[in-house]
Order: sequence, then C-alpha cells, then structure tokens
Amino acid sequence: MAMRQGRGVAAVNYPTGMNLGGDPTQALVHSTPTGNFMVSLSSVDLGQGMKQIMAQICAETIGVPTDRVIIDTADTDTGPHCMGTFASRGTHRAGNAVIAAAKEARQVMLEVAAEELEVNASDLDTDGTGNIHVKGAPQRSISIFDTALAAHFKRGRSISGRGMFLIPRSYPDAETGAMKPSTCYAHACTVAEVEVDDETGEVNVLTVKNVFEIGRALNPKMVEQQLVGGSWMGISHALYETTEPYYPSREHGGRDFNEYLMPGPGDLAQTEVIVLERPAADGPYGAKGPGEMCANPQIPAIANAIFDAVGVRIDTLPITPERILRALKANGAEDAGTVAH
Amino acid sequence: MELRKEYFADERKDDLKEIGQPRLRADALGHVTGTTTFFADRNLPGLLHLKMVRSPHHHARIRSIDLSEAGRHPGVVRILTADDVPHNVYTILTLIQVGPEDETVLATDKVRWKGEAIVAILADSERAAHEAAQKVKVDYEVLPAVLSIDEALAPGAPVVNEYHGQNFYRYDSGECRKVRFGDVEAGFAGADHILEQTYGSGPIEHAPTETTGCIVMPEGSGRFTCYTNTQAMFFTLDNTSIILQMDGAKLHMVGGTVGGGFGGKVDVTVEPIAILGAKLTGRPVSFIYSREEEMQISSPRAAEKLVIKDGVMKDGRIVARYVKAYIDAGAYSRHSPYGAQKSAAHFPGPYTVENVWVDSYCVYTNRTPSSAMRGFGVTIGDFALEVQMDKLARLVGMDPLEFRFVNAYRDGDMKAHRQPTEGAALIECMQEASRAAQWPVAEKYLQMSSARREG
Repeated sequence: MAMRQGRGVAAVNYPTGMNLGGDPTQALVHSTPTGNFMVSLSSVDLGQGMKQIMAQICAETIGVPTDRVIIDTADTDTGPHCMGTFASRGTHRAGNAVIAAAKEARQVMLEVAAEELEVNASDLDTDGTGNIHVKGAPQRSISIFDTALAAHFKRGRSISGRGMFLIPRSYPDAETGAMKPSTCYAHACTVAEVEVDDETGEVNVLTVKNVFEIGRALNPKMVEQQLVGGSWMGISHALYETTEPYYPSREHGGRDFNEYLMPGPGDLAQTEVIVLERPAADGPYGAKGPGEMCANPQIPAIANAIFDAVGVRIDTLPITPERILRALKANGAEDAGTVAH
Repeated sequence: MELRKEYFADERKDDLKEIGQPRLRADALGHVTGTTTFFADRNLPGLLHLKMVRSPHHHARIRSIDLSEAGRHPGVVRILTADDVPHNVYTILTLIQVGPEDETVLATDKVRWKGEAIVAILADSERAAHEAAQKVKVDYEVLPAVLSIDEALAPGAPVVNEYHGQNFYRYDSGECRKVRFGDVEAGFAGADHILEQTYGSGPIEHAPTETTGCIVMPEGSGRFTCYTNTQAMFFTLDNTSIILQMDGAKLHMVGGTVGGGFGGKVDVTVEPIAILGAKLTGRPVSFIYSREEEMQISSPRAAEKLVIKDGVMKDGRIVARYVKAYIDAGAYSRHSPYGAQKSAAHFPGPYTVENVWVDSYCVYTNRTPSSAMRGFGVTIGDFALEVQMDKLARLVGMDPLEFRFVNAYRDGDMKAHRQPTEGAALIECMQEASRAAQWPVAEKYLQMSSARREG
C-alpha cells in the first residue's frame, strides 16, 4: 500500500450561447433628468454578477463611471425580452444588446451636448468621469448632469436607446449535420496533480492549474470568482457528485447535503487560474462565455492524473474510491490490498 | 488569478475605462450581509403552501385517485388535479417549435417516473399540506419500467412515453442527430491504430444554495405577480400562458436575483401550478422545492453513455473519429432533444479531424427527467474525449500534451458541423499550461499559433 502521485492534462473548448430561435436578448437604456442611466433588461442574475457586468458595459459605451448606471432587470412588466441566463449566453447576448442601446443613447446625449456647446456632435467625446468635451479642446466641455437636464427641461429630447442581439436561426442539415449551433468559443487547458491512496482508493487533488481563454475579462475580479468556483465544481464532478451513485439503479440517491457527496473546503485543491484574452469579433468588448466551460477540463485532467498515479482507467463518472479499488483489483495490483464490498 | 496580457496583445485594446476594471460588485455587500432580497423573502397575508403528491413508482397506470380524506384534513383549502389544468400536456420548447408536447403538469392516467406530480395540495401551512398529501390515496397498476439507456433501446422494450411512440427522440434526421464529415471508413482503413472505448456518467444535481420555487400574489387588477427564481423570465411567462390558457398580459414575473442556477431553473415546473392555485383560491400561493425535491425531483444533468472510436497515425494525427452519444432524458423531453443536438455539434472537440461521424441520441427512460445543466451536452463529452486523447497519446507513444498540439484546431479549419474555426486559442492555452505546470513540450509546439499553420 502506498500513496501514489500522478498528473494529467485536458484541453477543451466551449460554445457561447445556443441557436434555437435566434437566441435573442433586448435592452433599453434611458437617462434620468440628472444624467444617471437606467438599463432595462429581463435577464437573470444567478449570483454570477450579471447586473454588475451590464453596468460596466453600459458605462464604458456611454462614457460614464459605472456607478452612474442602474440595472433594472428581470421584471417582465418593464424589461424587454431575454431568452434567459443559460448556455454561457448572459454576458455575450445581453452585453451586445446593452452596447447597442447605449450607443444609441450616447448619440442623443452627444447631440444635446452639441446644441448646448454650439458645436457638431461628431466633434465631441466623453472623458469617462461625467463630462463631455470638444476633442482637442478639453476646456470646452459640459457635464453629463447638465446635458441630461438640458435634454429633459429645455431641448425635449429623450436620451435613450434600444438594443438587441439576434442571429439567424440555424436548422441543422438532416443528412450532414451542418449547423451553426452557437457563436464564439472559449478555450481551456488544465493540468491536475493528484495523490491516490491505493489501499483506500481515495483521491486527494493536490493542484489544479487552469489556463482559460475567455475573449475578454470584463471585470477581472468577477472573472476570477467564476473561474475558481467552476474549477472547484469540476473537481466535485470528477470525484464526488451524482444523484444516483449506482446508476442505473435508483437506490441510494442523496436527499440532502449530508447524503449528496460534495467536497468540503479541505478537499479542494490548490487552484491556479491564468486568463488569456483573444477578443471575439462578435463579443461585447470581445468577451466570450466561459461560465460553463470553466467547470469542464478538471474532470478529464483528474481522470488522467489518476491513471498516471495508479495505472487504472475509470471511464465512468464519478470516480469514486470504490470504482478505483475495484479497478485496481481487476488489474491484479498487489497494492490493492483488501477490497471492501 | 493572473492575466497574461502578452498573448493576443495586438488583437486587443487595453485602454478602456470601465471594461477590464475590477470594480466591486454593487450587490456584493447585500449578498455577504444577508440583506439581499430573494423571491422567498415575502410574507404575504393568507399565504397558501403547495405540496405535490408524487408517484412512488417508476412506471404505473393510475386506476383511481381518492382525495376524500385529504380534502377533510384541517387546513387544506383546495386540491388541484389534472382536470384543473387547462392545457395539461405540454413541453417547454414548443415556444421555438420543438415538439411534441409530451409531459403532463399533473398526471392523468399514467406516471412515468418515480416522483412525478399527480395532485397538488394547497393548505394554510406547510405542515398541513404535507400531512394531507400523505392522505391522498392513489390506486396504481405497476408497469414494467425501463431504467437505463441500453434497456430503453433494446428490442421489445416497454414504451416509456406514448407521445413519442419509441424510446428515443425522432429528429428530422431520424433516430438521432447526425454529423457526417469526410469519409470515416476510409479514415479508419488508412489509420495505423484504432481505439474504441466506452464512457459513462450518472446524473448530477445542480445543488444551488436556493431551491427552485416561486410565490404568487393574485392582484386586485386580475393579474398575477409571480416572484420566481427562474433563469428565464419570458420563457417561464410564455409557457405559463400556454399551460394555463391565460393571456400573457395577466402574468407578471419578477425575479432576477437567484441563489444559483447551473441550468436547474430553466424548466417551468413550479410557476404554472402555483399561479393556477392562486387563481382558483384567490389567495397567494408559495411553491418551493424541499432539498429532497431539488435533488431527486428537479431535473439533473443527464446520465450519458458515449462510444468513441478513433483512427490515429503513428505521428499522432487523428484521421477518423466516430462517436455514438446517448443522453438519458428520463421520461420527458424538457430540454434534452436540444442537449443531444448540442452534443452532436461539439464533436470531435477542439481538434481538426478530417473524417467525423456522430450519432447523438436523446433516449427516454422511466427516470427523473434530465435537462439543462452547466456544460449541457458537452461536459460529459469532454470527459470522454479528453480521457480518450490521453489513451491515444499513450497508444502512439507520445506525450499527452504534445499529442494535443498535433491535433489542435486553428483559425480557418473546417469543423465537422461545417463552420470554419474562428478565434481559436487552444494552442495558446496549452502553451501557457506547459509553462505554468512546468510540463515541458518540444520547442516547435511553443512556436505554434492558433491564427495560422506553420509552413
């Protein structure tokens, strides 16, 4: 009996969005009288931080600080249509819709500012802190606060915009399967190191080093939270989780978190996340959808590391100690020792 | 986390003011101090609690349902049966023309999985609803059940779902979604080695912190406000409108702050029946899954079976890849016909293989319906593909990482589903992994680029 170490690698890609019904999402943006911006959506924040990302996208596009943007979402009386938050589509689809709406609103804003400054709108730019100025002449400026006041009380303009994302629906060819199932693809490569106890079959994941290519890290801290969480979920899927441990038997299914196995904090590996950014041509500021992908490569990387450690292939998930022990026994390994039944 | 800006630097502008900035999330403080409002944080006067009576059998005919004793239970206000549901047979993807309707909101003559909803108890307290549910008497004729993919596809297997007529989803392409690219037989004929392996997985729970649920308020205007943690507001509204045969203008969904979804909240399972309860009683209704319901009733990730057969050359090039993928949908479609299709499009993974054959099946069994989950149609496929890649590398005596470089897709390569590769970055991810994990590869692989092929 011994603790045996091994490492494994896996590389994956993942599609952004789906293509059933064109995968639409719409957005509306309008300014308040004092130059804050409301973004109306019906997209759902699952805890990943979608509201924050939509605020940053709107702010960047209009040219204001993020805290000038308010997200009103997921009320079907006020928010325009969104297919929903799934298929790694939220940031990409809603982000594109917000950009389109914010561009339209920005154009009206610049037109109002141009009237106030008596210049052409095309000569104006924003400084990102709440002001609009003449390009090359920053002293000729007007605040967005005053611009919004002018729009509402003097010029009779609605600083607002409409945006949407929609792609032509793809119907797979029945014979060849030719189809366009999604848009841009995110990428990952993960190296996992494990230690396997060949007496108990227990796996300790020592390190997980992930490289994720996600188009653009719109908010690096939030990217980190999602990618690290996903990486932990990958460990959990590889080694622990199933609603039916002896599938296809329906016995022994977990009914609560005492029975349904998941790793605790002490079971998680030292986790490294490295991010590359190759902007997607169709992504909001280049962003792709890495929300689902980030939980995938750890599973085969760990499976391959277990083989590297003890020389058995477990080709059925989850890779439980029982499955490892049975495989070791079938392999005739001396070190398998006594096998529990 | 480390951002490696040297990759693709010429394709990116890094001088943006808000994008790329690590701003503090506006909702972070509320989440960590427990002051964020979730759907269940509503204390409505007169609130009724909905509890489902569920099938204890995998497959059974319902001979009769006796509600008399349950109806007399103190606190019970109303019991809903299939007769109360205006459009009881539904499927959620009809909105985008993927049928047929194949699932009952409340069972009529049959149950097809252990846990299927039969009648809904509405009571003044959760306890009363739970106790009354025990008093519903259902007379079953137990039928033979099909619990695995292999059983379901075996000749003479009992039919799980009569609305399909056979134990698989019938696509316009036939019994499976097909991808045909190149000549896979010619590829195998010319290969130095052939490796065929079978992979599998069990169902997996989404395990969100917050279980699936909703609270419905009947408004004086005749409308219904539904506070919900659905992942898809209008998908839920429009399906509810169909099931209840109620003008969508009467429905008002409010949500958007959800304690974890992972794909588990895209089925429309709680809102229609809760709104119906509110309509028929005139009182607010709460229907929130227990943790046990979340784990055993709410749809999990599908169990899958994958057979992968590859032809590979001594130099590491994969010249043919043949995949048969089987997705265990359980008793009803939910999103699984789409999941199996997405799976078909995913093969052969991020590699350029000239000859590819994929058959992807959506299979019906007498099990909890599976549906979307993070990595839908892809996660288990990636497990199988990447373990297979490891085996192939060892078969030809190559380093597993170098083996992947040999086969990695590049911009412009045609994928099996006939879309040109764009924005590829697999090679750069592997180059950086080689560095970060101190996993050495030959210099020629470090010189590769996703943007172009060498030479």
